[in-house]
Amino acid sequence: MKLNRRAIFGTITASTLAFGLAACGGGDGDGAGGDMASGEINASGASFPDAYYAAATEEYAEVNPDLIVTYNAVGSGQGKSDFGEGLNDFAGTDSLVGSDDGPEEGSYQYIPTVAAPITVSYNLEGVEGLQIGQETLAMIFQGDITAWDDELIAADNPDLELPSTDITVAHRSDGSGTTGNFTKFLDEATESWTLGSGDTAEWPSNSIGGDGNTGVAQAVTETDGAIGYVDLADAAETGLVTASIENADGNFVQPTLEGTTAGLDGAVINDDLTYNPLNAAGPEAYPITAPTYILIRTDYEDENVAAGVKEFLTWLLTDGQNLAAQNNFAALPEGLQQQALDVLNETIA
Amino acid sequence: MTSTASPQTPDDLDLGGDSRARGTDRGFRGLVTFAGLTVLIVLGLILVTTTMRAMPAISHEGLLGFVFGTRWAPNDDVFGAFSMLYGTLVTSLIGMLIAVPVSIGIALFITEVAHARSRKYIVTIIDLLATVPSVVFGLVGVLVVVPFITPVYQWFAGLVEPIPLLSSLFADTNTGRNYFTAGLVLTIMVIPIITSIAREVFDTVPEADKQAAYALGATRWEMIKGAILPHSFGGLVGASMLGLGRAMGETIAVALVIGGSFHISASMFDTGNTMAAAIAQQWGESTGLHTDALIGIGVVLFAITVIINFAARWVVRRAEIKMRGAHT
Repeated sequence: MKLNRRAIFGTITASTLAFGLAACGGGDGDGAGGDMASGEINASGASFPDAYYAAATEEYAEVNPDLIVTYNAVGSGQGKSDFGEGLNDFAGTDSLVGSDDGPEEGSYQYIPTVAAPITVSYNLEGVEGLQIGQETLAMIFQGDITAWDDELIAADNPDLELPSTDITVAHRSDGSGTTGNFTKFLDEATESWTLGSGDTAEWPSNSIGGDGNTGVAQAVTETDGAIGYVDLADAAETGLVTASIENADGNFVQPTLEGTTAGLDGAVINDDLTYNPLNAAGPEAYPITAPTYILIRTDYEDENVAAGVKEFLTWLLTDGQNLAAQNNFAALPEGLQQQALDVLNETIA
Repeated sequence: MTSTASPQTPDDLDLGGDSRARGTDRGFRGLVTFAGLTVLIVLGLILVTTTMRAMPAISHEGLLGFVFGTRWAPNDDVFGAFSMLYGTLVTSLIGMLIAVPVSIGIALFITEVAHARSRKYIVTIIDLLATVPSVVFGLVGVLVVVPFITPVYQWFAGLVEPIPLLSSLFADTNTGRNYFTAGLVLTIMVIPIITSIAREVFDTVPEADKQAAYALGATRWEMIKGAILPHSFGGLVGASMLGLGRAMGETIAVALVIGGSFHISASMFDTGNTMAAAIAQQWGESTGLHTDALIGIGVVLFAITVIINFAARWVVRRAEIKMRGAHT
């Protein structure tokens, strides 16, 4: 009974797909044995890595103009459901595939692409270099700590003069993988956190919602005493002040791309290439890091599409990684890059 | 063809053959009947498919639990829509409380006070307001109004603090993203709708009624009160209902300024959410039961709009009976 959503997106995607295939068929004849794949690859999914994917597809158009890759940032949930219904050639997702998300077990393979830190940004006049311990962070975000001069915050910041301003929690009003990873971190790393984890959360009553990362960044900027979680790109662009967060080794770390890659290095990689970089070990590792994956099919019906997906992803995992930093995303550590390439080669022969 | 009261009935027109003319006429009738029915059919299909799609979530909570449950927690599979229902009603109420008097004022100004020449320009400007896309109002709201108005809210909250009821209705706040801002944005959006219909309604008041009032020595205000307003009551309720429908269904502008939290607060200066806004916000990343519940909210919104419209009709009918009774 998924009539509505499927009908709408189905029509759109199907027509683009048909167009793509037609373009394939009408193309020059050297496609079969040539070096470069051609045609059109259609992808949809997570909006979190969209800035990076957009830059990558644009750059890739110059590397191989015959293979057109389109990525629609419709959200992880929609991307997975499109994938399950065969509407896209690969899907982007920030979260793992659940049982009722759409894709059938065994029909997909995760390929990690990049990761990005989620900053804890705040707006408190005259206060810079704020450090927040993990338990304190959980208590702030669930409304147990309501004023900035709370002794628990003061304990982490012996050198700071904290005002008595009320704390306002800024959060995403839309469902989001960023919320998912942030709450998952609090859920896994701390004892105090009681709100569970997921793409939406039951925020305390002293909270305001913003639409998208930009919306949260805006809410933090305009509200005195606000604290919110924002991805690095938007925090940097808006000029937000970010807090140093306590990591697994007990160090307070600023959200940087180096700290993120350090976190990825410390993460345990599962057999299916999923990994959990949250609160990873390592003295430099930033603890709140969001991974993002691409779902590829284990069995492509169309050889052309399979070749195109493989070629694009191979590029994305090698040369394409250089684009990550300038878009405020962290490249994968070399070990994981190689692992991803190996799995890609195994999955698409 | 015998002579009839109106010689312009289609039967009397010579269109080059009676049978052909009648055929065209029948075809035309079929076409417009079909066009009219399409609306009903589409509406019916929408209602059926959305309700069916929403059933898993509604039966999961029970109808009462779904509509009146106060906890909305997709992570725990708990879906109670009441905080959004409350937000929708409160923001629409704020919007209507401000927009209706202002719109009636504008319409009276245009029809009764303004000069014929300036009248044209005012009408154009008001209609122009209706063509601005709602997302623009939302962005102006969140980027301009919200930062500007927060201190105003804080000042007002401080002002009414000693007064018992008002102090809980307008409690201290540190954000401009709240029910009241959403209500203000809705006000701007519904004013053109209500104004333009109110204007048309006032135009239908017979000149004789107005002149009669003047002849009895009425001032302009007494004429408006005695001749225009009673005559226009039904039309004004209709205009307000159209505005209310727009306000209740407005999505993106509200989503941007209301603060997106699922709480029920007596304070108009607190963050909240509305049904339409919540659907738009959570749709993209929802799966399974969560998606069904969002569609269910759409069904509830639809039902409430229908109920309010019927209630309004009832009010109009009663008022008109009463008024006619008073006149005769």
